Amino acid sequence: MSEETMTKTPETVGEKKEMPVVLERLWNGLAKENPTFVLTLGMCPTLAVTTSAINGLGMGLTTTVVLALSNVFISMLRKVIPDKVRIPAFIVIIASFVTVMELLLEGYLPSLYDSLGIYIPLIVVNCIILGRAEAYASKNPVIPSFFDGLGMGLGFTFALTCIGLVREILGSGKAFGYMIMPESFVPVSIFVMAPGAFFVLALLTAVQNQIKIKGEAKGKDMSKIGSGSCMGSGCASCRIEGCESRKFYDAKAGGSTQAAAETKTVATVTKKKQQEGGDEA
Amino acid sequence: MKTLILIAIGSALVNNVVLSQFLGLCPFLGVSKKVKTASGMGTAVIFVITIASLVAAVIYRFILTPLDLQYLRTIVFILVIAALVQFVEMFLKKFIKSLYESLGVYLPLITTNCAVLGVALTNVQKSYGILESVVNGFATAVGFAVAIIILAGLREKMEYNDIPKPFQGMPIVMITAGLMAIAFCGFAGLF
Repeated sequence: MSEETMTKTPETVGEKKEMPVVLERLWNGLAKENPTFVLTLGMCPTLAVTTSAINGLGMGLTTTVVLALSNVFISMLRKVIPDKVRIPAFIVIIASFVTVMELLLEGYLPSLYDSLGIYIPLIVVNCIILGRAEAYASKNPVIPSFFDGLGMGLGFTFALTCIGLVREILGSGKAFGYMIMPESFVPVSIFVMAPGAFFVLALLTAVQNQIKIKGEAKGKDMSKIGSGSCMGSGCASCRIEGCESRKFYDAKAGGSTQAAAETKTVATVTKKKQQEGGDEA
Repeated sequence: MKTLILIAIGSALVNNVVLSQFLGLCPFLGVSKKVKTASGMGTAVIFVITIASLVAAVIYRFILTPLDLQYLRTIVFILVIAALVQFVEMFLKKFIKSLYESLGVYLPLITTNCAVLGVALTNVQKSYGILESVVNGFATAVGFAVAIIILAGLREKMEYNDIPKPFQGMPIVMITAGLMAIAFCGFAGLF
């Protein structure tokens, strides 16, 4: 991140500060802190809708739109919303965009709307969205927040599509609905059923664990890798910094901006972590 | 009566909320280390989901439908549920101390659990009445409790097993959950 900032600063006057932040945010969401492969957040939709690549893609893009727009609005309103009622305020903003997306999908993409079903309104309780609102959008200006949401959303989309593709190929021999395996291939239909989702996720977490163990053996900071989903809490809980309070009315709030600094501190993230996305694909 | 029983069996076993719909997965994986805590969590979920589906159904039937505001259901439900859980927590703390001591820890964890919202929305989607909604909510939550208690029992037995290093922790739990999901697929033949 810092290298990019260094090399790009002495250029155009208007964009010189914005561009690196924008790129850094996109890259952060796509690879460095990929919500699924690295942070293991938002597991409920990940498991439920990845029965095919196209479903994963649709869910991912819907979430991306909601994430980017709600980040923009939360960022715009960040000075207006009182700290104590910020969680309900965020939820209202997020839920409004989810409702908008739900109506749009129902109107223009009814087939996708039918196959995603109840998981569209459940985007509201996706921990990635509330997590980003808490950890980034509520403390940063509008444009970086937008790209943070976009990056995270695209990272989520990428992950869902990959998992969906793997499950679809193994479970029905198809990719994006087209038959790609030879006739002789016998589909392992368990992979498109509910149990298959657990197995795929188990393998994914095992890979994460392996990378974590190796990384720690070399003395690298691997604390960001989730390996084990949002532990012990509701789905909208966020293991990300600054989100320990999920209470509706947060009496303890106020003056807690340390998370903003934390988001920026880039722990020595290795290339290994970035490759992870590639390995899964 | 027959429909109610069918709804109950259907949502408790056949379409189990965690094992076939993946709702409420996080507490399912996170709070299932010991049978004792798992049953506490299960009870709290039964308690919250039943109340929440009653309140959501009443609001939908008597406020949103007459005003033609059904499309606002997601926003209304999530706010009502979040506030309700907080309120229940405060109420128990104040008046029913013993229940609070056994459930209190788990209540904040369920505030934004997707299973609660999921049940409320399913009730609307399937156009259940108020009684059917409550039965469906209760049965779904019982399904959750059954699943989490079974998983906790399995995990207690697995604790001293020799598991390959990368699979220790969450991965093996998920594989167990996957095997349980296969077993629960068997209930699909019930009807």
